[in-house]
Amino acid sequence: MSGSHPTTVESPWARRALIGVGFLFLALFLFLPLVMVFAGALAKGWQVFFDALVDPDALAAIRLTLLVAGISVPVNAVFGVAAAWAIAKFDFRGKSLLISLIDLPFSVSPVVSGLVFVLLFGAQGWLGPWLTEHGVRIIFAVPGIVLATVFVTFPFVARELIPLMAEQGRDDEEAARSLAATGWQTFWHVTLPNIRWGLLYGVLLCNARAMGEFGAVSVVSGHIRGLTNTMPLHVEILYNEYDFVGAFAVASLLASLALVTLGVKTVLEWRFGIHRAGAAH
Amino acid sequence: MRAPFPAVMAALMIGTIGLSACSGGGSNGKGSVELLNVSYDPTRELYKDVNAAFAKRWKDKTGQTVSFRMSHGGSGKQSRSVIDGLSADVVTLALGYDIDAMAERAKLLPANWQSRLPDNSAPYTSTIVFLVRKGNPKGIRDWPDLVKPGVQVITPSPKTSGGARWNFLAAWAYGKKAGGSDAAAQKYVANLYSHVPVLDSGARGATTTFVERGLGDVLIAWENEALLSEKELGAGKFDIVVPSISVLAEPPVAVVDANAKAHGTERAATEYLNFLYTPEGQEIVARNFYRPRDQAVMARHAATFPKLDMVTIQDFGGWGAAQKRFFADGGVFDAIYGGGKRR
Repeated sequence: MSGSHPTTVESPWARRALIGVGFLFLALFLFLPLVMVFAGALAKGWQVFFDALVDPDALAAIRLTLLVAGISVPVNAVFGVAAAWAIAKFDFRGKSLLISLIDLPFSVSPVVSGLVFVLLFGAQGWLGPWLTEHGVRIIFAVPGIVLATVFVTFPFVARELIPLMAEQGRDDEEAARSLAATGWQTFWHVTLPNIRWGLLYGVLLCNARAMGEFGAVSVVSGHIRGLTNTMPLHVEILYNEYDFVGAFAVASLLASLALVTLGVKTVLEWRFGIHRAGAAH
Repeated sequence: MRAPFPAVMAALMIGTIGLSACSGGGSNGKGSVELLNVSYDPTRELYKDVNAAFAKRWKDKTGQTVSFRMSHGGSGKQSRSVIDGLSADVVTLALGYDIDAMAERAKLLPANWQSRLPDNSAPYTSTIVFLVRKGNPKGIRDWPDLVKPGVQVITPSPKTSGGARWNFLAAWAYGKKAGGSDAAAQKYVANLYSHVPVLDSGARGATTTFVERGLGDVLIAWENEALLSEKELGAGKFDIVVPSISVLAEPPVAVVDANAKAHGTERAATEYLNFLYTPEGQEIVARNFYRPRDQAVMARHAATFPKLDMVTIQDFGGWGAAQKRFFADGGVFDAIYGGGKRR
């Protein structure tokens, strides 16, 4: 056991410099902006901060954001598991096409995603006249915002699970089937326990994006205050009204939700001693 | 395991339709009425005041409670949204063309909408002025000073912002007056846009760029936006420069008949717009730095609104012609901006 380990041949000085650069980068690009958001929110004290959050329009935005995330995350969790299952455990024609399609929302700009829904459901769109006739409103109403969010966030769970499930292979499932388990039994007792951490991680990422999505939602929202403004849109509106404390107060709440998400993930990983081997991209 | 896919789609559709049932607007019974006013960027403060005053008037007159929903954004973008189905009861936009588009493309209101209210359906006007940093360090007095070397001009994109189109036309009016020809005007305007470091999409975005981010030496702005910036947002940080020639901007208002009819809000919507023309409405307009139409109200605020030489949109053949010539795809602005910056 003599001599240096092959991966640590750098001098201590170089190592320290590298670590220092890493920390400096994090501080500059992650920590500092975060501090600025909270500092901006509290610039005029706690009272103004709370007033900005309990403003009816802000409350409506918070409710809408939670509603949208509450719908789109479960939908995408189900879709993600189904898609990953199909891709990882079965061979079928068009499999690579399906994988590419799942990645589509990542590669398309959110603005384009939003415009697609306007073209489909807008008053001048393909389905617009039919929808108007039947009094169904999708664009510039909550359903459009949910659809846009679902579209933008649907790769998160599937992308997290596909490599994990592919690596785990089909042996466990085949063993279960050979012991006469039904498809559902196999899924609940074999597959799901194997993927639960990957699934959780995907759901958390999906949730973070669903609450934070700006571009696609901005296109389909119509920006009606107190009605179709989500938190990110409300932040922009307040900022444009020169209400900087209000904007930062709502932004800090949004950031806090993200931090809570991160905290939950860390606690779970630590609590169960999980390392997400194989789940990484 | 192919079953979940249809199941998910079905759940999505059911959820969507279920939600759309909850989202309606308009009049629910006699007790209250809700109006959606889709407006352009700099009117936030104006309509906050107007809505409160009108709600009080309406309550006294009819006993009905009127509440308002506001949507603000670049005028062109807002118009597009209404065409795409944003169900505005009234629109209060930056220029007539954006409402013409609704009549033309979506038949939401009759083509003669502009003659239904006095003064071309524009209850208030404004003009284009310059906002400069305190003490006017670059010595900006008039249009020629904007194209001096080292001067940075902030104006939003005329593609998306109604205000920016007025800016463009004001600059054109100067170029034509100074050079005597359209070619000279185009040369001046092209030169001007080469001094623009960033094109925001709306007037409010441009103001924020200039006032908050501290970019640029001069903001070409609505007079109302400039007065607001000078008097309220950055008191003591800016000066207003009134150029020798500018345009008379007439931001029009209209009831969107198709939507108001569907919501049963026609009467309240019509009265709401009429309120803008009353002395009370005009006073609110003037206090929010828009030029009132009412001469008595104007006289009271003469110190705020200096007289200057103004061309009107009629000098450009109306909005239809101006839009086609200058701002449509392949128009003069594309030639200037595409040509000057990229190729």
